[in-house]
Amino acid sequence: MTIETAEYPAPRADRCPFDPPPAMQELRERTPLARVRLWDGSTPWLVTRFADQKALLSDPRVSADVTRPGYPSPAPVRGGSISFILMDDPEHARLRRMVTAPFAIKKVAAMQPGVQKIVDDLIDEMLAGPNPVDLVEAFALPVPSLVICQLLGVPYADHDFFQKNSKVIINRNATPEDREQALGRLFAYLDGLIGEKIASPGDDLLSGLTSRIAAGELTRADAAQMGVLMLIAGHETTANMIALGTATLLEHPDQLALLRDADETLVASAVEELLRYLHITHNGRRRVALEDIEIADEVIRAGEGIILANDIANRDPAAFTDPDRLDLRRSARHHVAFGFGVHQCLGQPLARMELQVVYGTLYRRIPTLRLATTIDEIPFKHDGSVYGVYELPVTW
Amino acid sequence: MNVSVDQDKCCGAGTCVLLAPDVFDQRDEDGIVVLLDERPPGDLHETVREAASVCPGVAITVGS
Repeated sequence: MTIETAEYPAPRADRCPFDPPPAMQELRERTPLARVRLWDGSTPWLVTRFADQKALLSDPRVSADVTRPGYPSPAPVRGGSISFILMDDPEHARLRRMVTAPFAIKKVAAMQPGVQKIVDDLIDEMLAGPNPVDLVEAFALPVPSLVICQLLGVPYADHDFFQKNSKVIINRNATPEDREQALGRLFAYLDGLIGEKIASPGDDLLSGLTSRIAAGELTRADAAQMGVLMLIAGHETTANMIALGTATLLEHPDQLALLRDADETLVASAVEELLRYLHITHNGRRRVALEDIEIADEVIRAGEGIILANDIANRDPAAFTDPDRLDLRRSARHHVAFGFGVHQCLGQPLARMELQVVYGTLYRRIPTLRLATTIDEIPFKHDGSVYGVYELPVTW
Repeated sequence: MNVSVDQDKCCGAGTCVLLAPDVFDQRDEDGIVVLLDERPPGDLHETVREAASVCPGVAITVGS
């Protein structure tokens, strides 16, 4: 097998902003396993196919520990407090279980009427305001930001501050210094909030963490670190799915028409299909082998880096029929848009519910929604570790 | 069909509860899986198998 080492991440095609990079799609067709070259010159393995990725992501011989030599880091590794998403069990599970309760299915279902009101109110404001408008600013960012603020106990009035800093942190072209400073500002902000919650606790996730601190189960720094993670992950990902999903649907009018008068079942399947098709966390899941692992006639050696490219797994014809076609009616629930294994997205029930409310409401209430520009004028987040659009000018 | 769950492996993602709420639930304190029905009726078998296959922690075992 002679396959040259591709640069990773690879660029998308100019004309196909909703599809994974063509070089990566071709790689998946040719081989299940290939070496890729990262920003630092290292050449970890890229696992290209759905079944192999799922198997490896739930394999105990594979580690998510960012401090292990060989870990294929997407950017220079900084010092300081490390998030539990970059740790292995049992410490990962111990910390994760401190924050899973509010994301349980029943708790999230109870939040649904509140989210519906947020969405309806923002649409009312949009309809009463200027036309055209940037859907990102007017709708896509406010919805998940309001929801995660309420869940965590973060004042929404500070949204400009945390959205601006999050944007720097997830920009893969940001300098390490800028990223470090933005992280530092968010960390100090969350640490301050935790201080306030210690003095007067409320009924929110951060207040819940203060009792863990008091019990000696969690350091205040770890609690602030968790707050930073959930604040960023809670608004950026869903906001991008709302705006990018809308751009996608506006370019697929037959599919958008289905959604305008869809029932709950079709809305739910549309959410899964858009998660699969768009796969916004497009930098691959990063791992390192703890032991030699045989896969497809090759051996990944202990200590070698592994990247699981979930975006191209979601386009694997072995897992999805006609995978490059957007089909809101297909059964896509087995997609890996939230990852797989014990690190699978913690907030997925909340993300699903928010997207179901949004996709089920926005196009029904504004049936004439359309782009106020052409698709080639839309600025896509090619430089983001989470993919999306920077702006989406719409009119109706 | 015999269903069992491993609470140590569960990571609380909730995918099983979403698919089969009559068979699986989550603990209030940390969202970890609780098995409601070890022997679900025939009309739920397909959904329970799907829940096992999408469980990220591979914490659900289905026997015949």
